[in-house]
Amino acid sequence: MATTTATSRATLGTSAVRPDGLPKVQGRFAFASDVWADNMLWGATLRSPHPHARIRSIDVSGALAINGVSVVITADDVPGQLTYGLITSDQPVFARDVVRYAGEPVAAVAADHPETARRALDAIRVDYEVLSALLDAEQAIDGSFAAIHPDGNVIRNQRVIRGDQSFVGDIIVEGSYELGMQDQAFLGLEAALALPDEDGAGVELFVATQWLHEDQKQIAACLDMPLERVRITLGGVGGAFGGREDISLQVHCCLLALVTRRPIKMQYGREESFFGHIHRHPARIVMHHHADRDGTLRRVEARAVFDGGAYASTSSAVLINAVTHMQGPYRCDIATVDGYVVRTNNPPCGAMRGFGVVQACFAHESQMDKLAIACGLSPVDIRLKNAMRTGDRLITGQIVESVAPVERCIRETAALPMPAPLLDEPDALDLPGGSGLTARRSNIRRGVGWGVSIKNLMYSEGFDDYATARCRLADGVITLQFATAEVGQGFVVLAQQIARTVLGIDTVLLEPISTAIGSAGSTSASRQTWMSGGAVDGACRLVREQLFAHVGATHDVDPLRLVIEATDVVDTMGTLRVAVADAARGLVLDETFEHHHRATEELDENGQGNCHVAFAFVAHRAVVDVDPDLGLVKVVQIATAQDVGRVLNPLAALGQVEGGIAQGLGLAVMEEIVLVNGKMRNPSFTDYLLPTALDAPDVVVTMIEEPEPQAPLGAKGIGEPPCISVTPAIVAAIRDATGKALTRVPVRPQDIVFGD
Amino acid sequence: MSNEFYQLRVNGVAHEVRDAWAGESLLYVLRERLGLPGTKGACEQGECGSCTVLMDGEAVCACLVMAATAVESEITTVEGLSPDGEPTDVQQSFVDAGGVQCGFCTPGLVVAVHHLLERTANPSELQIKEAISGNICRCTGYGRIFAAVRQARDNRLAM
Repeated sequence: MATTTATSRATLGTSAVRPDGLPKVQGRFAFASDVWADNMLWGATLRSPHPHARIRSIDVSGALAINGVSVVITADDVPGQLTYGLITSDQPVFARDVVRYAGEPVAAVAADHPETARRALDAIRVDYEVLSALLDAEQAIDGSFAAIHPDGNVIRNQRVIRGDQSFVGDIIVEGSYELGMQDQAFLGLEAALALPDEDGAGVELFVATQWLHEDQKQIAACLDMPLERVRITLGGVGGAFGGREDISLQVHCCLLALVTRRPIKMQYGREESFFGHIHRHPARIVMHHHADRDGTLRRVEARAVFDGGAYASTSSAVLINAVTHMQGPYRCDIATVDGYVVRTNNPPCGAMRGFGVVQACFAHESQMDKLAIACGLSPVDIRLKNAMRTGDRLITGQIVESVAPVERCIRETAALPMPAPLLDEPDALDLPGGSGLTARRSNIRRGVGWGVSIKNLMYSEGFDDYATARCRLADGVITLQFATAEVGQGFVVLAQQIARTVLGIDTVLLEPISTAIGSAGSTSASRQTWMSGGAVDGACRLVREQLFAHVGATHDVDPLRLVIEATDVVDTMGTLRVAVADAARGLVLDETFEHHHRATEELDENGQGNCHVAFAFVAHRAVVDVDPDLGLVKVVQIATAQDVGRVLNPLAALGQVEGGIAQGLGLAVMEEIVLVNGKMRNPSFTDYLLPTALDAPDVVVTMIEEPEPQAPLGAKGIGEPPCISVTPAIVAAIRDATGKALTRVPVRPQDIVFGD
Repeated sequence: MSNEFYQLRVNGVAHEVRDAWAGESLLYVLRERLGLPGTKGACEQGECGSCTVLMDGEAVCACLVMAATAVESEITTVEGLSPDGEPTDVQQSFVDAGGVQCGFCTPGLVVAVHHLLERTANPSELQIKEAISGNICRCTGYGRIFAAVRQARDNRLAM
């Protein structure tokens, strides 16, 4: 258990210190990769080198002959369901007859040392018949390629049709946009430790994941075990960003443990991590925006094609987010949107921070800039003119009931100070290209660009992603229990802040995060502050009701008159004031609460329906310096005003905003998994570039606090919006500096130097 | 595997490493043989800095050092910075300033920042950025890490 006893009261609204902070800075915090057991073996995975091939045979004898190798397992050793998946169970635990992407698991070994395991993988002989690969998403749509999976090559097609389909605007702007495949690149690699039960009929798993109960469900099905025999405890998670929502090594690790009856540790290296988890969907989006002469947006037309790769993962939900957010945070009555997410022999794609909206936003914000030019308006004025408000109807027909301060986001971003001009004789590190000393001061051009976005919060389309929490008050100490995956976002400190605020007790212990309690849903979709925060708040309130009942009975006061003031129970209509610590002496109160968001609906065939729970908004202004001859970019400053509802922990909120901006910057100018013939060419941190400290722009932030009535704590989720519209803002700034069209991200030096 | 052994001096303590494969990195030996998992591995190529340790006072990536070649060196890991359990000024600054989210890059960064402040008492903004540009953080966007370094720097200067 982690303990924090606050000296000053670390309640809601304060920058309370996270309880895992000190262990993390001292190297004492146990990440999943740090967990070990006596007598454990190391597991490792053999993966297909081909994007599409038939498996003729697998010969494991060479591996088994190696001293120190305990076992080799393949699809034949899976006792239960042969496939898993978040929405559709279509991904094999191990490929049996056919492999559908380069990197697909084929076998796994357990050995006494990671190096022994690596040699064992080399000694497994798989005879492949290489097949031609489906690599072009359009071929999946037009039917020119035979189905590569029994479920077909189109994972989902969804239209959004609204209003007069014959409408033609006074002004029409069109564009075709493309986004590359981005990696979550969390620092803490996939890792787990599986401990078999003595009777061999159950397993305990310590794993870094985003959703313990979903893992439990999928693992149990593959192992053919009752749910309760798969017990999962969260191993410390080194970041997630969507990349841990799907199963990676979970089933393999448990299976090896059950077969060997030994503890199994599995841990991916960085290269394997690129193959072992899903990525952000690459996409192509063609858009037409119709507007009146004054710039009033009237109709959006879009055709969006997302490459889902070999297996479905969350592709169908990603697509829905894209097509339902295609108008952006702007009023628009008429829509003609057609979206596809398809199956190819590329690596599978699924959840990454922003979840489909990132792709839509790059397209619609690029379009808004074109519209601004066509109408003779500034980028700010075109956005202000069309800014969505509470009560407006989306292209799905859903009314935006959420607080929608889009205009305020834009105005407050515009009011933030601009950065100082580049010095006449700057330090080389301040120039594009940095210490490469390549850019010359006289060549540098500065540009400014804008991006604004809307993002749904929580799960959509009728899914009840509830969250559970338990609050126990005993001996004047609160103990909270939940299965909410702490992936770095800081829910552990937020939970303590909630309990301190509701109950007036400062010592708040946290039980291990595990399946010993009901589901909290996934740490994704900007949903845990709202959902698990709501559950902790609800459980604490139930305990408080009982506490008030006890105090009321003891002091002959109506419990309805009692409130918590700081650390006291106070009678609002009398003189009673008793410290909570005293009032609670001898009491043991224990309550569990499930928080459910309001129900949502599925979309109909025309994409109409109240499919989303709530929305958050944000504006970004980017300032960049560019060397147009060398194609080098330095992002100088990002200004942002974000609609957060209510700030519950200022320091943690700022960290989410700054961190999200860095990831959006990565997509704008450097991050891309390069595929050639279905094979990744850069699965390493040497070749997949990530923003470093020298790439980090100055970030100036205004938090817009208009409490959200629907939200249990008034706070909207804040994790995803920061990384969404910052990408188009940066690209718009590069366009402003260079005059280039730049319709693709990441913007590469050659796009700036040689592009149109 | 061999039956030979070698000695590593880590955080002021001599450790015998027995029956180890000669190809093991310092990172692997620290984590898997010496019970010092505070040093993290995230890229195996010296790109991310998560495994930063001090070798004779110089910051190195433990994933790039073969453990058996480090026998002559004094090695300091994140665990060795605060042996009595009391956080160092840099560690406390990371907590106070919000420099920690998932925390996986943190031990390496803490070691790198100690190294910086030992060499340069009053680093400029650019010197701070350059000094930690070999330590990748995916969560924070670096803003609160810069704030943590500034806080540690200013506290030392005020003493």
